Amino acid sequence: MSPSANPNGREDFREILRLVRPGARVLDVGCGSGELLELLIEGKQVDAQGLEISQAGVSACLAKGLAVVQGDGDRDLDHFPTRAFDYAILSKTLQQMREPRHVLSELLRIAGQAIVSVPNFGHWRMRASLMTRGRMPETRALPDPWWSTPNIHLCTLRDFTDLCRELELRIDACAALSSGKPARPIRPDGALENWRSETALFLLSRRHDDTPGAVPRDLFGDVDMPKPEAPKRKRR
Amino acid sequence: MTVTASASPAIETHAGTHRFPAGKALRLDSGATLEPLEIAYETYGRLNEARTNAILVCHALTGDQHAASIHPVTGKPGWWSRVIGPGLPLDPERYFIISTNVVGGCMGSTGPASQDARTGEPYGLTFPVITIADMVRAQALLVEALGIETLLAVVGGSMGGMQVLQWAADYPEKLFSAVCIAAAARHSAQNIAFHEVGRQAIMADPEWRAGAYMKARVRPEKGLAVARMAAHITYLSEQALQRKFGRELQRDGLSWGFDADFQVESYLRHQGTSFVDRFDANSYLYITRALDYFDLAAQHGGVLANAFAKARGVRFCVLSFSSDWLYSTAESRDIVRALNAAGCRASFVEIETDKGHDAFFLDEPQLDATLRGFFAATAHARGLA
Repeated sequence: MSPSANPNGREDFREILRLVRPGARVLDVGCGSGELLELLIEGKQVDAQGLEISQAGVSACLAKGLAVVQGDGDRDLDHFPTRAFDYAILSKTLQQMREPRHVLSELLRIAGQAIVSVPNFGHWRMRASLMTRGRMPETRALPDPWWSTPNIHLCTLRDFTDLCRELELRIDACAALSSGKPARPIRPDGALENWRSETALFLLSRRHDDTPGAVPRDLFGDVDMPKPEAPKRKRR
Repeated sequence: MTVTASASPAIETHAGTHRFPAGKALRLDSGATLEPLEIAYETYGRLNEARTNAILVCHALTGDQHAASIHPVTGKPGWWSRVIGPGLPLDPERYFIISTNVVGGCMGSTGPASQDARTGEPYGLTFPVITIADMVRAQALLVEALGIETLLAVVGGSMGGMQVLQWAADYPEKLFSAVCIAAAARHSAQNIAFHEVGRQAIMADPEWRAGAYMKARVRPEKGLAVARMAAHITYLSEQALQRKFGRELQRDGLSWGFDADFQVESYLRHQGTSFVDRFDANSYLYITRALDYFDLAAQHGGVLANAFAKARGVRFCVLSFSSDWLYSTAESRDIVRALNAAGCRASFVEIETDKGHDAFFLDEPQLDATLRGFFAATAHARGLA
């Protein structure tokens, strides 16, 4: 499969495949049965490692020849050495973590860059659903009822960029994802984007990082990138 | 010397003892040397022309080379006959499987019951203390003698898993992959404590005679049986013991004495008495000692990751069992962490089971599925059809 083909219909996979440098060392946190890692190996010849909580997922990965450690993204990232990877990927699961802030921070300790996608709770469908129905939104991006949803730490685009600022993370690239549509490069701090982006995918790195390889690159081509802002102390 | 045995009529099987030529002594960690050296082994399947399909299977404390053949003493199927065989994860139609008896053992490899060439008497306690690394060095000599440069895999559980880790530390260039099941990178205080109980039970038996029982033509059977009973408890989980026996009685009513009233007592006694038929008491002392001395990090400046510094090209698979309290999941995770820190390609699975440490040779479908997948992918990566 060529990298440009639509892999398994997951638009975030396609974007991640675009972002990753060929031959990089990649950790996929919550790799399931390894679909994304397989795509990355095939398309970008990466040195792939997975972390997966379920025994069934790990066994499926092993049968495909992938290197996968059974573990929990909330607890087991701490055990990886610093800068063991070029990229740490966390696709659509940050909102399911018990401590998203710690996880985000750990991702950028063990890897030079993190690729993180989060559903945007500020999307107009969410707002409209809450406004008109007066109930917790159930949308195509977040389809579960409140009492069974695994998504325990939801945020809006604005919330997420605030957290990045607080952790002194730099947003190297950002794209809005919407099922069935091609990814759209965006400025994540734009007020309009917080209304119209269903899911956002971020390429993050540490702001104060002199390590070679962490050079900010415009990976989406000639896109108007958000300007790095001076770190502001946020009131809590 | 090699003699053909029949494990399964369908598989090509060899059983024999390799006697290393004079001058090929085994250097031991203790500084001593062992000569002559004999290693008893079995092979299942056929080595392919490229010599790329060889898998070495390492046995646990009381195991031996009869991994997939009928055991000559007990008449029972080999200890891993659930995993090695046609259609099983280690399929002899695909792989050339080598199973050796460790040095210090009592099923044909040189051990304390062997004759000391210098005296013409059995070694007994004059046998040098051996280590896991010594066992591995002897295996490496055999693998070399069989004309194999690189093993497709080395695999083992418990003490076998420790040998796997030692292989990765000492001979990484001879390994394509390594599978370590229910093991640890070192023996804990609790592990050593249980072994010491076993050794003291053997030594407290008057028939042990300071290790020279063979000369007197007696055997410290009672002591060895007690050692086995104590050890056997550590191989099972509390849940498994409860599920199997609970407080069930052997007969109706209590005996109001010290007969085996409870089924669990009777079971342990049986484990003890049947063990002495197939195992040598001095071998038990030496092999438990080798386990106690095992500390892979200590061999590498106290940093476990250093042990794997040259093993970046090896594909590792580490497996643990959720109810194993002898070598717990936490110990396997330590190994995985060290492998990650060393930059090795490592996979890890904790298999959910209530069967305890012994799960690695019991009916455990998740273990089979994981091994099957890993070996198939490894063979594929090495270009085997």
